[in-house]
Amino acid sequence: MAAILIYSDKTTLALELLNAAKLIAKNNNFPIKAVSINNDDQAEELAAKGAETYKIINPELSLSDTAAMAAALRQAAENVDADTVLLSSNRRGKELAGRLAQVINAGCLTDVKSLINENGSIQCVRNVLGGATIAIQQITTDKKVIAISPKAFAAATDEAGGSINECLVNINPSRIKLIETRAKAGDSVDIEAAEILVVVGQGVESQENLPAIMEIAKNLGGEVACSKPVATDKKWFGEERIVGLSGKICKPDLAIILGVSGQVQFTVGIRDAKTIVSINSDEKAYMNQMADYVLVADLKEVLPELVSSTLENQK
Amino acid sequence: MNIVVAMKQIPDLQQIRIRNRKPILDDVALTFGNIDKNALEAGVQLKEATGNNLIVVSVGAEALEDTIKEALAAGADEAYLVLNDEIADMESANSARLIAGAIKKIDDVGIVIFGEGSGDNYSGQVGSRVAEIMGLPQVGYAKSININGNSATVTRSLEDCEEVLEAEMPIVVSVMADINEPRIPSVSQILKAGRKPKEVLELDVTGDSMLATISNLAPDMQRKQIEIETIEKLLKILGNEGLLRR
Repeated sequence: MAAILIYSDKTTLALELLNAAKLIAKNNNFPIKAVSINNDDQAEELAAKGAETYKIINPELSLSDTAAMAAALRQAAENVDADTVLLSSNRRGKELAGRLAQVINAGCLTDVKSLINENGSIQCVRNVLGGATIAIQQITTDKKVIAISPKAFAAATDEAGGSINECLVNINPSRIKLIETRAKAGDSVDIEAAEILVVVGQGVESQENLPAIMEIAKNLGGEVACSKPVATDKKWFGEERIVGLSGKICKPDLAIILGVSGQVQFTVGIRDAKTIVSINSDEKAYMNQMADYVLVADLKEVLPELVSSTLENQK
Repeated sequence: MNIVVAMKQIPDLQQIRIRNRKPILDDVALTFGNIDKNALEAGVQLKEATGNNLIVVSVGAEALEDTIKEALAAGADEAYLVLNDEIADMESANSARLIAGAIKKIDDVGIVIFGEGSGDNYSGQVGSRVAEIMGLPQVGYAKSININGNSATVTRSLEDCEEVLEAEMPIVVSVMADINEPRIPSVSQILKAGRKPKEVLELDVTGDSMLATISNLAPDMQRKQIEIETIEKLLKILGNEGLLRR
């Protein structure tokens, strides 16, 4: 019986993949195998969660060399007789997915946000047309590579029955040299974890308004996020605060959206919020149709009031 | 050396309307995705820094012959196109095969640049697949690219760190949106674009299908859309719903 192989460079994501694999294995009895690459701690974590784990220890193999990583995973998949490979759809995983799929001649889907096991056949749910629609798709080739979005599944918990085995792979000399790894400039805010988000759009005309917006978020116990142009064009914030298709997909309890017109590449990142408030000077802004509560107002005028009344609310 | 930028023609996402949860794509104008425009700008900047030739490669429906002028106006010197009206929504594997096929017709390729993902599907597979087909090293999610002689230094941005990588060319690179701000072509550049060389390649466009789409619908979400007049009222409502005071 062909196995399911899981791999992520990040241990938390690997544990999420373990749960995703269990959903696929249901009704199929596919065995689940995990692989770790140059990461003993991850191998032990996976084994502690019940996974039959294969660890690759090879100093020649660098995570930065996607070609070598795809070659290693091809060999690991062959060793354990796996037809389906689950990867994490973080940046490394997504880059690897396309290359591995080409190497093993597999159909591939990335950014998969949920899986449906329909009597043993696996359906993948993902955003298409920039997030305007949600497609349910199936890979029709025998070999499959599926990259699953972070947090789409809960991480697997402790379970008996795991094991650690070694897996040998042959790697060609790398043509990519890692010169330096450095910490990222910018802050380490996690907008996906925030229960309340105050989101800055291009309708916030001046950077002078940002201290007030930061204060509103602080008063509410939330975080500040932004639409993509505010980070990439205006450079008011780092990319870690971008909401949307190529940023973060957020599901806060409350999203207060300030001056966002509401293009679909943005709304896909916030439409799962429980309650959405749109404050916008343009009553025709598409964002208003996506909101539960709409306040049509000049942001410059309402921000001071929002600062004082949220401060009041804190007491 | 030739600098190659691969771009995908997509429907203008802002013109897509939804009816009965289905996307209406008729009469929607075709354009290039935003991140593809960043890829092109990265190519133009490398061309300016090194004095090399910049070729744009694209696969798409026949309107591409017109759409490609956007890229020629914005700084590409010539275009290699594969036209395909048969398959409206081409799968990544097939696009990659055709793009690689087109690139193979170009001599002395130094660097092939993609956007990190297309504007519509954002699947990010094509660059990686092309790198594998051509047997080239790759670096994804670049925020800067420098060419020194025969080697490229690329800084890539991951979720939690940045990596500086060096490779002998040729190499495949995908770029992020914040690598640059694409320039707006001048009127004279737009006028000249139509006269730049375009080569339409005859490649077999039919590829094996690897995917099936079961459904593709807009999410069903009804929001209340209640208009509120004042901040005071708004906070009162949010308070009553238990959304404040945490």
